[in-house]
Amino acid sequence: MSAVSFLEGGLGGSRTLPGEGLSWLKARREAGAERFAALGLPTPKLESWKYTRLRPLDDTCYTPIGDDADATDVADLPSIGDVAARIVFINGKLRVDLSDFSDLPDGVRFGPIGDILADDPAWAEAHLGSIADDADQAMLALNDAMMDSGFVLHVAKGVQLSKPVEVVYVGGLTDTAVAYFPRNLIVIEPNAQATLVKHHVGRGVGAYFANAATEIDVADGAIFKHYKVQAENIYATHVATVHARVGRDATYESFGLSVGGLLSRTDARITLAGEGAHCGYHGAYMMRGNEHCDNTSYIDMAVPHTTCKQVFKGVLDDEARAVFQGKIHVARDAQKADGRMLNKTLLLSNGAEIDMKPELEIYADDVQCAHGATSGELDTTALFYLRSRGIPEALARNMLVQSFLGDALEEITDAHVREALLDRVVHWLPAHCFLAGEWKETA
Amino acid sequence: MLEIKDLHATVDGKEILKGLNLTVMPGEVHAIMGPNGSGKSTLSYVLAGREGYEVTGGRIIYEGEDLTGLEPEERAAKGIFLAFQYPVEIPGVPNSTFLNEAINAVRRYRGEDELDKIQFIKMLRAKTKELNMSDEMLKRAVNVGFSGGEKKRNEVLQMAVLEPKLSILDETDSGLDIDALKIVADGVNALRSPERSSLVITHYQRLLDYIVPDKVHVLARGQIQKTGGKELALELEEKGYADFVGEAA
Repeated sequence: MSAVSFLEGGLGGSRTLPGEGLSWLKARREAGAERFAALGLPTPKLESWKYTRLRPLDDTCYTPIGDDADATDVADLPSIGDVAARIVFINGKLRVDLSDFSDLPDGVRFGPIGDILADDPAWAEAHLGSIADDADQAMLALNDAMMDSGFVLHVAKGVQLSKPVEVVYVGGLTDTAVAYFPRNLIVIEPNAQATLVKHHVGRGVGAYFANAATEIDVADGAIFKHYKVQAENIYATHVATVHARVGRDATYESFGLSVGGLLSRTDARITLAGEGAHCGYHGAYMMRGNEHCDNTSYIDMAVPHTTCKQVFKGVLDDEARAVFQGKIHVARDAQKADGRMLNKTLLLSNGAEIDMKPELEIYADDVQCAHGATSGELDTTALFYLRSRGIPEALARNMLVQSFLGDALEEITDAHVREALLDRVVHWLPAHCFLAGEWKETA
Repeated sequence: MLEIKDLHATVDGKEILKGLNLTVMPGEVHAIMGPNGSGKSTLSYVLAGREGYEVTGGRIIYEGEDLTGLEPEERAAKGIFLAFQYPVEIPGVPNSTFLNEAINAVRRYRGEDELDKIQFIKMLRAKTKELNMSDEMLKRAVNVGFSGGEKKRNEVLQMAVLEPKLSILDETDSGLDIDALKIVADGVNALRSPERSSLVITHYQRLLDYIVPDKVHVLARGQIQKTGGKELALELEEKGYADFVGEAA
């Protein structure tokens, strides 16, 4: 597929896009389309795309699902339970019947982006694109042009949302290859607090291409916790661009758990813009088969007295491949910056591969920064230790994988979410051989 | 209980055990002493079935069955327990979870019902009380942040929970002060019975003041060089291993 074929037939084609009729949005879309056409799809010739090639986009023709498509029945939607509100998208289409965002505390706005564009276009105009700059990011420019779904979370000054809000994207339940372009806008005003959990889940065997963009403004003194579970199916291509700005004494905590998807890439750019700003940007990836998972991040410590910590851990089996590219940039005069980056990968097979590129770029002289990156196999002594206590090999391996990922998951400060994500980790693992019969067969 | 006949074993292609013979009867405690590099740890790993420790000749008969070819977990289920010289730290796995998985894996293998949570906790409480261990050690991750003494005590706790028929203690005394040594010895002695046997591997005599052996063997150059009663340990303490090592040249 050529770079521009997404745009053939006009931006919307035969369907209605959110914010139709807003001239400023139309201008944004057209500018995005132009920039995407000029930049083209990223290729490994670009430094930041050296290890990831969007191969499925070469030979599959993805088209957005039309307005007239039948609603698909979906059972067992993922949820962490006990949430304040939930928005559900199936195959890229908002499903009001499965969502519940009617009853929210005062000062909290959480709904489909289309609703906010219709109800409060002036606010949307002021915020959309205010943080994400697509000058050099083709996938973001493509999202600018094509944005067709997504949500807004807006928490007013000083309001503390006690329960998480949840967004669910389900893909793969189509006969043809589908593309969708969620655009998410998150604004946490000064001294407000909120937690968001996003599920990107693949069901069925349909191929799909999700190209999401998320803008996050964590204002002075605010706390925003952002958790994402990516469990796409093995025909899915998932590209996510995240831009976040963290204000004075504000905290942005992010954890992304990737447990499935043929090809996935998360590209995060986080600016610590105010003194005392803190960012914890963490994740874990568990891949098998021929899955490919890329976590690329750029954290800009732009002013003095900021801190950031990054812990990424992964487990790769079969022929799976992962990429970790992390850069921490400390601006000139951003003294007393404290930046830590750690990436560790466990390779469970000889065919698995990790490409690691941790970077520190420091222009201030009074800083504390460190990075570490390692990869290795399961510790044979630990494996023997567990087995010598009677624990069957398969279970012992599972315990060691859980143990390995443990300190990344420890970074999740919301205990309820941490439990839910640990559960996802356990489900990824091969069968536990808990039944005596099974074990005796393998023994 | 255990009969080792003309055992040859290699590690990384190098022969370490060169025709070792040893017989342990039910209820007996045997001490294996020897200089560094004599094959003591290799013997314990070979008995527990560690990968990379290859039996190239001879037989290990345990309770009438040849152990060679059995996986470590099968040996554990059959009642063999190795207390490690350097117990492994496993971050993120609570000690109690580890013990629970271990006891139930062994019970499943033996065709016994698994212990439910309440039964397990009750059993575990009784064991920790016997061993003077705090419940806090059960909540912590396996051996993580444990002192040397705590790690060895944790080995003894695992032994008490699994109630092995043959326990092998690989230099369990190394790095222990006298109080910790007594606790470990008490734990081992508590398991002594006419049906259970122990193999105590040590470089020094002092552990044997607390765990009194029925027989003492000197292992050097991959073979048992001498066998005697508990007085042999005292003799070795005095004279050292020079007599046995010297012949290697």
